[in-house]
Amino acid sequence: MLQYTLKRILLAIPVVFFISVIVFYIIQLPPGDYVSNYAAEASVAGEVFTQADMDAMRADLGLDRPVYEQYFIWIKDIVFYGDFGFSFNYNKPVLAVIEQYMGLTLTVSLVTMAFQYLVAIPIGIYCAVKQYSIGDYFFSGLSFLGMATPHFLMAVILMFLSYTWFGDPLLGLFSAEYVNAPWSMDKAIDLAKHMVIPVIVIGLSGTADLIRVMRGQMLDELNKPNVVTARAKGLSERKILFKYPTRAALNPIVSTFGWSLTSIFTGSTITAIVLNLPIQGPVMFNALLGQDMYLAGTWLLFMALLTVLGTLISDILLAWLDPKIRTEFRGT
Amino acid sequence: MRRFGKRQAAAAEPAMDKDANYSSQWRLIYVRFKKHKLARISLVVLALLYAGALFAQFLAPYGLENYDSKYVNAPPMKLRFVDAEGKFHIQPFVYGLKSGRDPETMRKVFTSDTEKKYSLQFFVKGEKYKFLGLVPSSTHLIGVKEPGRLFLLGTDALGRDLFSRILLGSQVSLSIPLVGVGISFVLGLIIGGASGYFGGWLDAVIQRVIEIIRSFPTLPLWMALSAAIPPRIPVVRMYFYIVIIFAFIEWTGLARVVRGKFISLKNEDYVVAAKIAGVSDTKIIVKHLLPGFISYLVVATTLAIPGMILAETAMSFLGLGIRSPATSWGVLLQEAQKIDNIALYPWKIIPLGTVILTVLTFNFLGDGLRDAADPYKR
Amino acid sequence: MTAETVQPQQPLLRVQDLKIRIQMDNGVMNAVDGVDFEIRKGKTLGLVGESGCGKSLTSRALIGINPKECETSGTIAYRSSQEPEAKGEALDLLALDPNGRKIRSIRGRKIAMIFQEPMTAFSPMYTIGNQIMEAILIHRTKNKKEAKKLALEMLGKVGISDQEKRFDQYPHEFSGGMRQRAMISMALSCNPELLIADEPTTALDVTIQAQVLELMKRLQQEFGMAILLVTHDLGIIAEMCDEVAVMYLGKIVEQAPMKEIFRNPKHPYTKGLLRSMPRLGGNKAKRLESIEGSVPIPVNMPPMCGFYDRCKDRIEGVCNRQSVPATQISDTHTVRCFLYSDQKGGQ
Repeated sequence: MLQYTLKRILLAIPVVFFISVIVFYIIQLPPGDYVSNYAAEASVAGEVFTQADMDAMRADLGLDRPVYEQYFIWIKDIVFYGDFGFSFNYNKPVLAVIEQYMGLTLTVSLVTMAFQYLVAIPIGIYCAVKQYSIGDYFFSGLSFLGMATPHFLMAVILMFLSYTWFGDPLLGLFSAEYVNAPWSMDKAIDLAKHMVIPVIVIGLSGTADLIRVMRGQMLDELNKPNVVTARAKGLSERKILFKYPTRAALNPIVSTFGWSLTSIFTGSTITAIVLNLPIQGPVMFNALLGQDMYLAGTWLLFMALLTVLGTLISDILLAWLDPKIRTEFRGT
Repeated sequence: MRRFGKRQAAAAEPAMDKDANYSSQWRLIYVRFKKHKLARISLVVLALLYAGALFAQFLAPYGLENYDSKYVNAPPMKLRFVDAEGKFHIQPFVYGLKSGRDPETMRKVFTSDTEKKYSLQFFVKGEKYKFLGLVPSSTHLIGVKEPGRLFLLGTDALGRDLFSRILLGSQVSLSIPLVGVGISFVLGLIIGGASGYFGGWLDAVIQRVIEIIRSFPTLPLWMALSAAIPPRIPVVRMYFYIVIIFAFIEWTGLARVVRGKFISLKNEDYVVAAKIAGVSDTKIIVKHLLPGFISYLVVATTLAIPGMILAETAMSFLGLGIRSPATSWGVLLQEAQKIDNIALYPWKIIPLGTVILTVLTFNFLGDGLRDAADPYKR
Repeated sequence: MTAETVQPQQPLLRVQDLKIRIQMDNGVMNAVDGVDFEIRKGKTLGLVGESGCGKSLTSRALIGINPKECETSGTIAYRSSQEPEAKGEALDLLALDPNGRKIRSIRGRKIAMIFQEPMTAFSPMYTIGNQIMEAILIHRTKNKKEAKKLALEMLGKVGISDQEKRFDQYPHEFSGGMRQRAMISMALSCNPELLIADEPTTALDVTIQAQVLELMKRLQQEFGMAILLVTHDLGIIAEMCDEVAVMYLGKIVEQAPMKEIFRNPKHPYTKGLLRSMPRLGGNKAKRLESIEGSVPIPVNMPPMCGFYDRCKDRIEGVCNRQSVPATQISDTHTVRCFLYSDQKGGQ
């Protein structure tokens, strides 16, 4: 098992390297650079920016060097000093910016993830056991709708409903009076209230997907001969359901833990923009548009790393859950 | 020896059972597909949607550039048969719009002007366009006489007819996923097929490339690449870029499917038999391997379309996809981003309905095809 | 009909007019259509027929484990000689709630079952030991240690060596024959009165088949249980059974003691089956015969003999006009064919 894990990690290293190259290439792609953007904004504000000013600023930020040199400096600093560069927009190290938003991002993501699994698994089991019942049709229809509705609009619609029903669109993650307040019980409750819509919206498509996977898996498992065997042994239906089909159907579901966090992380971006959430999505989106290249690059790299890591975790979980693979490592 | 005997038996079987019940694979799929009611309905709906996109310029009363500041944010008009005096008209008509101000909020509001009645007319002359992009024409299916206006689904913040824009936007929203999936289908088939069939170092290289591309989370990659598209370029080129981006990300999934199928099929007895018999690679691929999973691939492709539609909508919504003067459903939905807009002008959410309808129908169609193509299901 | 012949003792299980109907898209399928048979204590009844003839459905109906879609009617009178049912009247298993406590106390405990595919019949998620112990824990003891002891003992009885290690292994670590042995040990772990074996050796190699059958015979003597053996293989019937019921298209077409069936088959279908069976020392120049045609699907069948289309001896106007009654040829031999019947309908 350990050997397998190590092998997988080693295989991931070259992938990560290539990803970092591509990331850097992509963030260079948009026309112009941070300086030209900055100059354009400044001139709108009435400031005059000469070519000399721009060159000086470039030299100051290290943007005058060849692209590959910029890349190596960036990578060198990451590997040796854990320094991911400097955010021009925030005038802070990239890490500081990320740190600022990470806490709430993780909170929203983890709550969403819990929501997904806690809602989807029981519904999936129910739909399979009561196949073709009204409840099955209801949830299947709902999950189809969930998959077909773009996140961001779902967010707008829920905000609208919340506005008409409760008189508060619940924008952001905190009410105005709590944004800068120290942590307290009231602030936590306020946060919880504001998290309802984001969690539903971000978790919706994942939940819909999981319900369908769980239902399909359960249907497969319910028809397996081992269920008949269990019945012939005299087990009660409830015991059979949880011991055999559910346990087997959970395997592929549990293995989605790995990448589900990643997909929540990235999937939340647009929703966060619409709902004005103080989490990393919108920040990074603006960095991407504003050519705040180290911030955007770090974010892309981070997301890619999360994906690689997620897949790794999923594979390991899957291997660990499957007796066939597990016993191989036991060395019989 | 035993293997060979088995293979012989398998080869002899079809000859023995030349029976009406043993129809071709496609015919079987067709028969099973016909039983899937939801998928059949979806196919019809999709056909209508695509026909609408094809003839959008003809079906829409107004063109893309048509706007009128007098009718900003006008609500949908009702097609009426009975007028204010209770008289029935065989020809449907709309009332003109009268603008006024809400005495409390001081906001501009529109009311029906029962003085002005415009009958709905068919085949009216209007703005010039090219029918199917080729034949110059100025005939529109429906319209009303000037100075009347026909806003079946209301107007946007610039006074443009939403109904026309939804139709014209569907040309982009419905074709991007199709073209994108088409390109990724071809890429996936060729690259995945080569990887699976030839194996060896080629397979290793292709697998690493796919792994790297797949390591990128889709959405940020989309965003990053879309952000790289220069803002002021011709619509056609923008369209082209977006399609390429979608195809570039999507092909890897299909390639993996193809590779997996190739690997599992290439060791099947009948393929090994063909190889031993000296059949050429191309012929083995085309005659023996492709038919084994092409139906599966069609299903996978169909099911990839909804994701692309949603992605295009999201990108355009963020201003990273199709941009003005061209339009798509995502662009139309930009106005629905603010809740005040939805509260005051609820018709702006209508394009959402078309997005959901399209995604749902593609999902149902894909499900129907999958059930029909899967011989191991009931 | 099987007349109430005087038996030295009451049968363990008497099935009367068992019918299983399944609703299909294009009508109702009479998968099992009026089956009667008896299983006597300690004896083996073979239920033989082609796949799709309803033999598996019949066997599963005995303990009510068919899917919900199967509408089952008739009576299955079960007369246990073990406590606590021993003194009472016969129990109609079909009248019990299929998920109820009563039938569950019979399943696995009094009537156990083994299946064709031992790979899929075990769950790959749990160890063999876990799955064997389960039955013991339900029916015999709540004590895990004791249950494990009993399970290990059973594994030994079915000829699995190194039980302690085997106990903690997963099904995929067992060979096919081993799995079937484990399955048998699981079924016999609660000392049942009746063992239903549904094609127990079909998935196994021939040599392993012989071993498993031998094992079943030995254990039958040791435990004194009755066996209902469902198979399509006449060779296995010849080796194992006391009594044979030949099933075709949901009906038992012929029923007699094993030797009688082989020596004196009556029904054209039984004869066909026997002719299609290879025999040691038979005429090598002669090709094995097969029965022409294929089994029709019993959906919306008119009343007629199901074998009519394939039968060489069919009587037109008789066999395809009415359903065939059973004819008693001797005390122990019944056949369902107009060739031996006095009541040829309207003739």
